[in-house]
Amino acid sequence: MRTTDLLAFAVGAARGNRVRTALLMLAMAIGVAAVVTLTALGDGARRYVVREFSAIGSNLVIVLPGRTETGGINPGSFVSSTPRDLTVDDARSLQRAPAVQRVAPLTVGTSELAAGGKLREGMVVGSTAELIEVRQFRMAQGQFLPREDWNRGSQLMIIGAKLRAELFPNEAALGRFVRVGDRRFRVIGVLESTGSGLGMNTDELAIVPVSVAQAMFNTNTLFRILVEARNRDAIEPAKRQVTQILQQRHDGEQDVTVITQDAMLATFDKLLRTLTLGVAGIAAISLAVAGILVMNVMLVSVAQRRSEIGLLKALGASGGTIRGAFLVEAALLSSMGALFGYALGLAGAALIRALYPVFPAYPPDWAVLAGLGTALFTGVLFGVWPARNAARLDPVTALARR
Amino acid sequence: MTAQIELQGIGRVFHLGDSVVHALAGVDLRIEPGEYISVMGPSGSGKSTLLNVLGLLDRPDAGRYLLEGRDVTTLSADEQARVRSRRIGFVFQSFHLVPRLTAAENIALPMVLAGLQSRERDARVRQALDGFGLAERAEHRPDQLSGGQRQRVAIARATIMQPALLLADEPTGNLDRATGDEVVRLLEQLNADGVTLLVVTHDAALGARARRCLRMEDGAIRHDQRQDAASHAHD
Repeated sequence: MRTTDLLAFAVGAARGNRVRTALLMLAMAIGVAAVVTLTALGDGARRYVVREFSAIGSNLVIVLPGRTETGGINPGSFVSSTPRDLTVDDARSLQRAPAVQRVAPLTVGTSELAAGGKLREGMVVGSTAELIEVRQFRMAQGQFLPREDWNRGSQLMIIGAKLRAELFPNEAALGRFVRVGDRRFRVIGVLESTGSGLGMNTDELAIVPVSVAQAMFNTNTLFRILVEARNRDAIEPAKRQVTQILQQRHDGEQDVTVITQDAMLATFDKLLRTLTLGVAGIAAISLAVAGILVMNVMLVSVAQRRSEIGLLKALGASGGTIRGAFLVEAALLSSMGALFGYALGLAGAALIRALYPVFPAYPPDWAVLAGLGTALFTGVLFGVWPARNAARLDPVTALARR
Repeated sequence: MTAQIELQGIGRVFHLGDSVVHALAGVDLRIEPGEYISVMGPSGSGKSTLLNVLGLLDRPDAGRYLLEGRDVTTLSADEQARVRSRRIGFVFQSFHLVPRLTAAENIALPMVLAGLQSRERDARVRQALDGFGLAERAEHRPDQLSGGQRQRVAIARATIMQPALLLADEPTGNLDRATGDEVVRLLEQLNADGVTLLVVTHDAALGARARRCLRMEDGAIRHDQRQDAASHAHD
């Protein structure tokens, strides 16, 4: 039998039973669509996180209080066991590291912000003038915190775009006062709206000098120290130097964690890739189910078409021809269903993007290829048994049934 | 001259539960090219099994089957399929047309399976449609055809590969008398053109038309009677 004839025969057989064909293709389509859409979600999450991380500033080295990994025994281990807090002096000391460009201390607290009779819970960040460069903020109005002594800050405040809109909906914010607790801050700048970054929505932040924030929250510790390396190549040296300086300051004990943005990014990237892979695996189960359905339907089809198979044998079809005809039919139905499912999956991903524009839900190429490939593979694999059954049918008994 | 068909001690046994049924028991038969043979006998006498063995649809358990001098009992299934494709045509009581294919496509099916070029196929199908008076019905599906038309399509299909042997199992069984006669005349015409025709039937009138009548009972040929064709050809 010629290949084109085989194809035409399979198409004819598929069209001969439209309901069966439609159901089978639907099952395959749902499987592939699940793979495409779910991996689009997973990979979208990965891209989203990667983008968010990139948004918090480049060449960034972040210092956290406390140690999250074992560093072996050092002299400090015998002296104390509680980690020291990070202080503003720690932050200041990092400025002398050669690989470091800028340092911005960070302390964080939530408080009630009041202005013109309006009250709002908000996140107050204490930092210094360097923060604008380190975090690459842009000003919408006014200016950022002035350069001044880190220990003697003025009662000045920078607010995010959303905070501005809520506290001063109909008036200029610059020059106005915001009350936090028993302190009054003069608003000197409004940040440009950027959306979120690293879990902190900068649009909702209120930034004040670090010393004032510490006094307000009655603490002398820092939440983080943000360090900007001189350039990309200086990230690793900066990390080493920062660790070294802080170890010296903390009596030789390594009680801080220094992470680079790249490391975090790589971790999240890996994590979310694995997640996507897992999700794809779960979706692939539906493909396997679809494959079993193909087998089931083809087996029923062989049973229903016994007399046709018997006839084909009587007309001189070899076992190979009949096996081929059924395999081609299974492959055809699977691949059509898979293509249909691919379109469906793309539509699903497009729908997600339309509903959540910030979420870049595009299916990764590998998932698309794997999905289509698996669909075709399972379709053919599960078509083998029915096709063999068909080829082995005894023509006499097959023809006897009407 | 070698016989077209030579059966030597053909036996076929079926096991139904505990009982053993000898559908064919030591059948010897010699058929010359161009013969017109009817096979009659009660149900279960082995007529259909004989037909299936002759058509290479069933394998005998004993004996030798020489088709055109070649021992076909030992051929593999695929080799037998090739022989069926080229040398043997089947006509069934219930026509066995593929319902989703048109009359023309049904007729072309053996050539499609044999892998003939589509140009060659189209030419032969057109010729067959004209020859069997089905030209108007080429694009009709079986359910749009009358019984007689369906059987004519089936006969056209059985002969499209120009087989040497035509096997018909109750070809008129599902047709009324007039249509049945028409189909029989068609088969006889093909026989007159040189095809060996073997008809299995319950119908005594149909059986009597053949030049050679085999009567089977209990898996064996009881009577093998040759008669003068002229006296029965036109009644």
